[in-house]
Amino acid sequence: MSDTPLFKVTIDNISIEVPAGTTILNAARIIGGDVAPPAMCYYSKLEGSGGKCRTCLVEVSKGSEKDPRPMPKLVASCRTTVMDGMEVKNITSPKVVDARASIVEFLLLNHPLDCPICDQAGECHLQDLSYEHGKDGTRYEFQRRTFKKQDLGKYIQLHMTRCILCYRCVYTADQISNKRSHGVLDRGDHSEIATFIEKSLDNNFIGNVIDVCPVGALTDKTFRFKNRVWFLKPMDAHRDCPACSGKVTLWNRGDEVYRVTARKDQWGEVEEWICNDCRFENKKSTDWIIEGPRLIDRHSVISQGHYAGKIGLTMPTETFSAVHHGRQPKLLMDIHSVSEVNQTDIDLSSINGPAHSNNFNSNKD
Amino acid sequence: MGRKLLLEKAHVEGIRYFDVYRREGGYRSVEKALKTMTQDEIVEEVKKSGLRGRGGAGFPAGMKWGFIAKPEGVPRHLVCNADESEPGTFKDRYLMEFIPHLLIEGLIVASYALGSHDTYIYIRGEYAWIPDILEQAIAEAKANGFLGKNILGTGFDCEIYVHRGAGAYICGEETALIESLEGKRGNPRIKPPFPAIKGAWGRPTVVNNVETLAAVVPIINEGGEEFAKIGVGKSTGTKLISACGNINKPGVYEIDMTISVEEFIYSDEYCGGIPNGKRLKACIPGGSSVPILPANLLLKTAKGETRYMNYESLSDGGFATGSMMGSGGFIVLDEDQCVVRNTYSLARFYRHESCGQCSPCREGTGWMEKVLLRLEKGKEKLVISICFGISKAKLKATPFVPWVTLHHGRWLLQSVILEMSLNGM
Amino acid sequence: MVQFSEDKLAKVNEIIAHYPEGKQKSALLPLLHLAQENFGGWLSAETMDYVASLLQIEPIEVYEVATFYSMYHTKPVGKYVFEVCQTGPCMLNGSDHIIAYISQTLGIKPGETTADGLFTLKTAECLGACGYAPMMQLGKHYREHLTKEKVDSIIAECRTAATANN
Repeated sequence: MSDTPLFKVTIDNISIEVPAGTTILNAARIIGGDVAPPAMCYYSKLEGSGGKCRTCLVEVSKGSEKDPRPMPKLVASCRTTVMDGMEVKNITSPKVVDARASIVEFLLLNHPLDCPICDQAGECHLQDLSYEHGKDGTRYEFQRRTFKKQDLGKYIQLHMTRCILCYRCVYTADQISNKRSHGVLDRGDHSEIATFIEKSLDNNFIGNVIDVCPVGALTDKTFRFKNRVWFLKPMDAHRDCPACSGKVTLWNRGDEVYRVTARKDQWGEVEEWICNDCRFENKKSTDWIIEGPRLIDRHSVISQGHYAGKIGLTMPTETFSAVHHGRQPKLLMDIHSVSEVNQTDIDLSSINGPAHSNNFNSNKD
Repeated sequence: MGRKLLLEKAHVEGIRYFDVYRREGGYRSVEKALKTMTQDEIVEEVKKSGLRGRGGAGFPAGMKWGFIAKPEGVPRHLVCNADESEPGTFKDRYLMEFIPHLLIEGLIVASYALGSHDTYIYIRGEYAWIPDILEQAIAEAKANGFLGKNILGTGFDCEIYVHRGAGAYICGEETALIESLEGKRGNPRIKPPFPAIKGAWGRPTVVNNVETLAAVVPIINEGGEEFAKIGVGKSTGTKLISACGNINKPGVYEIDMTISVEEFIYSDEYCGGIPNGKRLKACIPGGSSVPILPANLLLKTAKGETRYMNYESLSDGGFATGSMMGSGGFIVLDEDQCVVRNTYSLARFYRHESCGQCSPCREGTGWMEKVLLRLEKGKEKLVISICFGISKAKLKATPFVPWVTLHHGRWLLQSVILEMSLNGM
Repeated sequence: MVQFSEDKLAKVNEIIAHYPEGKQKSALLPLLHLAQENFGGWLSAETMDYVASLLQIEPIEVYEVATFYSMYHTKPVGKYVFEVCQTGPCMLNGSDHIIAYISQTLGIKPGETTADGLFTLKTAECLGACGYAPMMQLGKHYREHLTKEKVDSIIAECRTAATANN
């Protein structure tokens, strides 16, 4: 690998040297932050993925040192490799910002606005994408395309209406499991992920399709409607598993394990694939050795509340009275100190068991 | 009358069969090429001819051949693109149906030049009767020593196979065609790598249109320089134009690219004018994907010069006031036709034929069809703003299939503006 | 049971031999055409599974392809399928009227099959016969320059052929 020459590429005015053959997207990810274009279909762990959703479009304002001509059209950064001396504009290009907003509009044309009942909400890439790059309304005034919900065996629910056809689950089944039973059927705006004749997906690693799905099209049936992801605490844990590494993230509420997923990196990509047994069949905290809390390093709802630190909740330094010019907050719970209206004659805590109307003398003068 | 290179003998009785074709001078180019020329000399000759790909993009064919990688021990392939599906285009069908040996002859020479021992003709599935014609021609050529092992004793082996598609416009795009040849869905591949480096089965592959390959025959027979003398500027040789729509004589015509558009439409040698003495309203001169032109801009350029039937003149004025030669599908609309309705029908075509891989095309084509239908029915009020929006998004987010999507937004705008201006609004 | 005859199997092997060794999946499109012709004019799941077994590929790979291309029917169709082109040039030459006329004559809408299972009407997108519009595909061949009279005679011709075959 040492023979690979290093190419200098400048993205949004930040220069970096990367080995030849690196894509613009991966170079931008090394820089990190806002410079990295969003990606809905590209998945670095899946060979052949990318180039479909077009959200990662960037402007190449200078082709290379040798051939400085700009590229005539915006290019998909996930599948375009860098050239030495290339200059790329992502968020600094109004063209890119504009085109990306259009892509979001296209992706949302037929996507249902059912986030309130969608299990993916809170960790949905499409939510993040629309929030950051979309427009605040739709100009689409026609009926949306819908499909019937489909069961893919006892673990996976397919909700095709939500699918954005990123093909990730197809590549996953091809490359991670040894047998693929689902695929993309039909074509154009009627394309759908399906099994053709109703079939369950049984491979021991097929559960990973849930993790790679950027939207709520493939969801975990053992977790469906059990809880919102932002109420759960992600914890790194492992177990001794004969099939996979056994390294997972548990999503807990109290001691209860609500769901198990693979561990995901800062780009929302699975670090190590896990087997169905770990994912679906080990939902007791005693099944796992807890390592500690997991940081969710992404711009989504779940990253907002749980842990102080690099990402997540930052504790305010000011006190309430300081921001209210010395006025102390009224304690809402201690109503007796501010009002006598609801003053009772009896001390409720002295009653044995729950209070009953017999405990009160309602005819008191 | 212009010079004819491809269809000169098309009306000779029995030209479909080897004996007649050979008697009329067929397969001379194979003898010349295989016996007296090296592979590089043939490529050079095609480069000299200035032949541009006849499928629609107009990319120089010789240059494309020059790109093919030649790694040691890896077979190379030539694939003939006979997936003719651009609305308005039916020239390749005519060639294959009436003078199939011309294609086979061109294919043998090109296979030799590129070193392809297994050559494929990918033909659209709907042309269901043509594979029989081609297979018969292949069998005849083989029986006469022009195909198979050790062709004409030169040691060159070549087989040609006919591969039928099954109904998908997108398979006319070369990487989608290769996917389809491999037995997959016709989803275009991401380039690079280009087929010349990694094509069918990961091997270097050249994909050429039927007419391009047929044109190789006169280039070898008469020399690239002679070929380049015909036509004008970078539009060398002759071009097949399939004319249709509202004209008296629809059909396939071979032109030498020096005649004017007006002559092409109105002369009796070609389209023979518009039926019932109606006036010309608009025209799509190069297949449904190229910009539509109103009558005034069709016959004369924006500068007021006569417009000719060649690559340069048709594209004079760029996308604003010009169009393209495209695949040569010449669609004429008379004064009674509604441009919006025609555009709606083409938008429906693109929605139907989108492979659905990339989001702008998958979602955008359907949206456009719906908007156009509503407009056509007179229920659309805000369409202009939507048109501008799609146009902008489309142009800026061109996916794999640029020629499919690039013009959609433009069409909308053009058809709306055209129809409004024609109605004096 | 879905099974090719001996001579059809020979044809299958001949087709597979057109492609490089180990790339037998390339024969999928031609084989699906052959299967559709042989097994009732459409591709049932059973037929597709059979084709998959012939090429040693997963059934889903066949389903993906069969549903992508518009010439493969994954639902039963009538004995005669009228596929009338409705794109641009055909539309300019009155394909809408032809579709309406066939629809009215046979009493079926596009996409439907007559009760006797004889005719299916489908609309098609550009079939590459723009100069001979309006037109339709019927089986292996094109019927061009359609008029109402021509449609009548085609329908009569199909009925006669169907009676003769029974």
